[in-house]
Amino acid sequence: MQTLQNTLPLITSLNALVGGLFMITAFGIVVTRQIRAGLKFFIFQSILLAASAFLLGIKPFSIDLLIVGVINLVTKVWLLPLLLRHMVKKEIYTRREITQVFNIPTSLIIALVLTILAYFFTLPWIETQTVLSIIHVNVPVGLAGLLLGAFTLIARREAVPQLLGLLAMENGAFFAGVAIAPDLPLIAELALAFDILMLTFVIGILTRTVNEHTGNTSVGSLAKLKEGVQK
Amino acid sequence: MILVILVATVLIAAIISAISKDSIRIKTYTTLISSIITLWLSIRIALDVVTSSSHIITAIPYWISIDGLGALIVLLVSVVYFTASIFSIGYMKFDIASSSKLYYVNFNLFVFSMLIIPLIKEPNTVWIAVELTTLFSVLLVGFENTNAAIEAAWKYIVLTIMGAAIALLGFLILYWAARQAGVEHYTWSALLIAAPQMSPVLLKASFIFILVGFGAKIGLVPLHTWLPDAHSQAPSPVCALLSGVETTAILYVILRLLPIMSASLAIDVNTWLSIIGLISVGTAAFLLLQVKDYKRLFAFSTVEHMGIILVAFGLGGASAHIAAVLQMIGHTLTKSFAFYAAGSVLLIMGTRDIASVRNLIKKSPISGVALLLGGLAIAGAPPFVLFLSEFSIIKAGLSQGKYIIVGILVLFIAIAFFAIMNHVSRMVFGKDEKKSSEQIAPVTLPISTKITLGIAIIPIVIFGVYIPETLNKLIILAAAIVGGS
Repeated sequence: MQTLQNTLPLITSLNALVGGLFMITAFGIVVTRQIRAGLKFFIFQSILLAASAFLLGIKPFSIDLLIVGVINLVTKVWLLPLLLRHMVKKEIYTRREITQVFNIPTSLIIALVLTILAYFFTLPWIETQTVLSIIHVNVPVGLAGLLLGAFTLIARREAVPQLLGLLAMENGAFFAGVAIAPDLPLIAELALAFDILMLTFVIGILTRTVNEHTGNTSVGSLAKLKEGVQK
Repeated sequence: MILVILVATVLIAAIISAISKDSIRIKTYTTLISSIITLWLSIRIALDVVTSSSHIITAIPYWISIDGLGALIVLLVSVVYFTASIFSIGYMKFDIASSSKLYYVNFNLFVFSMLIIPLIKEPNTVWIAVELTTLFSVLLVGFENTNAAIEAAWKYIVLTIMGAAIALLGFLILYWAARQAGVEHYTWSALLIAAPQMSPVLLKASFIFILVGFGAKIGLVPLHTWLPDAHSQAPSPVCALLSGVETTAILYVILRLLPIMSASLAIDVNTWLSIIGLISVGTAAFLLLQVKDYKRLFAFSTVEHMGIILVAFGLGGASAHIAAVLQMIGHTLTKSFAFYAAGSVLLIMGTRDIASVRNLIKKSPISGVALLLGGLAIAGAPPFVLFLSEFSIIKAGLSQGKYIIVGILVLFIAIAFFAIMNHVSRMVFGKDEKKSSEQIAPVTLPISTKITLGIAIIPIVIFGVYIPETLNKLIILAAAIVGGS
């Protein structure tokens, strides 16, 4: 690993910095109690994802990765928050989220355990590749981002934070993806970006409908459909 | 070319449904005509695949082509698309109050997303198609706009998109492994050829991520919890699509991975499939005993059948694979019929509660007989097609000496059979205790519902005793693809 780091020292260490910041944003989405702050963490995470794509695209030069970075910035940093603010404005600006399954210290400890697990889980995968040291950062951080997103999803009871959990999961997968699948066809990349906007749109519609029905967006209280206790 | 026309037909139907703003009639008949064309085209495709020498039709090299397994999925989607389009006519008339503007748009788009899954050759794009099936169907699940329907839709989207994100990492790892092995055009067939050179560690990781992620979408335990909610709250024609073909179309993606994993010996796929399958069958069998809602009854039976199909593929060997493919066909046809029957009962009785439906055979002979036949067929009674396939699975398992797996499977199937028939027979023949039948205004079934029931039952009965030569060839082709040859 040390010999690898000498080959592209600056870009590799910058990318490691981006990876570290990416982890901090993932933790931020887990622990933050305000929807607005959670959204800001997500936007910052997406900027970091784009930054990693740019760094990896500089050397060896890859126009594909640079375009991926631009697509990311346009969809997740600009269009997605715009869409979300348009569709569920009230949710983002006036509500302070209080419903959370675990308290913040417990959440942090679980998140920490998940991160360590992700590192050890990805060790055998990393060993298959000896050429690119960038993978040593992006793959464990990506898996950790995925797991922390899933944890956010489980620990939250509100519609918009659950959406942020889903989006953080996909960000995690992409963070690993820019390193392990840098030459993905651009059609696939564009379709993925479109797909994320669709997801946000559909969840926005559902959130509005839930709000119309129950007067709030606490989706965790939706638990009528079960075996045995109907009606 | 025929593949492009197939996809374009459904897409045009979706666009016309979107443009014709207020006319339900135009939307209805556009969808119906599109479904007839799609069915005809998919039969043509299946015939072409069977008769051509290479058994593959290619539209765009490395991107869009179809083989035996894909042709089978396209055929199944088209059949249910056709019957569901007829059933929708009557359903929409009954439900005039609710805003039906977007129903046919989403309906056609949902079918479109399922049709492209078997056509696309590039695995990452297949992942996008799978995600689209969720996004286009979720508003159909919440279509009735009740609290329960919205809850079902929310659970559906959150759990399946979470699964899709896990599967996405699996697909990216698969791509990584393929790149390491020097695969040039990234397609399913290229992966199969390169599998022995690919890193076993990465292959194993990608398979587990994709199985867990898409397992949520197929309804494998423990990520099945959304399935009975979504499959019971959606409008009945949508239930037929969700339960009958959506699960099968996603299962197709996992089937594509099986020969790749077998070729590299990275992971003992058969054991994984057998264990996960048995857990799903067992959980579903015991949950079937205590359901209170007859649409949930059929939804849990989907979990059971997906488990049976996985166990059958996990047995390995050509005869088990052929039986498993037949089980897939049988499940799609029978489950869609069962949901049409359940939908007709819902139209008559206006409730999903099993305990409030009694003596159905007197109140509506057609619904009663349909529900009884649907129950018998889905539980696996002779002479229906699922009996034939389950019998073949057991036979294949016994001939390989896998007595423990087959023994447990038979036990669970027997419990599920008892549970389904217990509920269904009480609904159809049970004595009416409350005497509340006078209060319900007599409702006659719409003619389209009767036609759907009449059409949907035909293949279930015929294939139970006789499988046409061409279909048999297609089944063998599909089974051989899963087997890796």
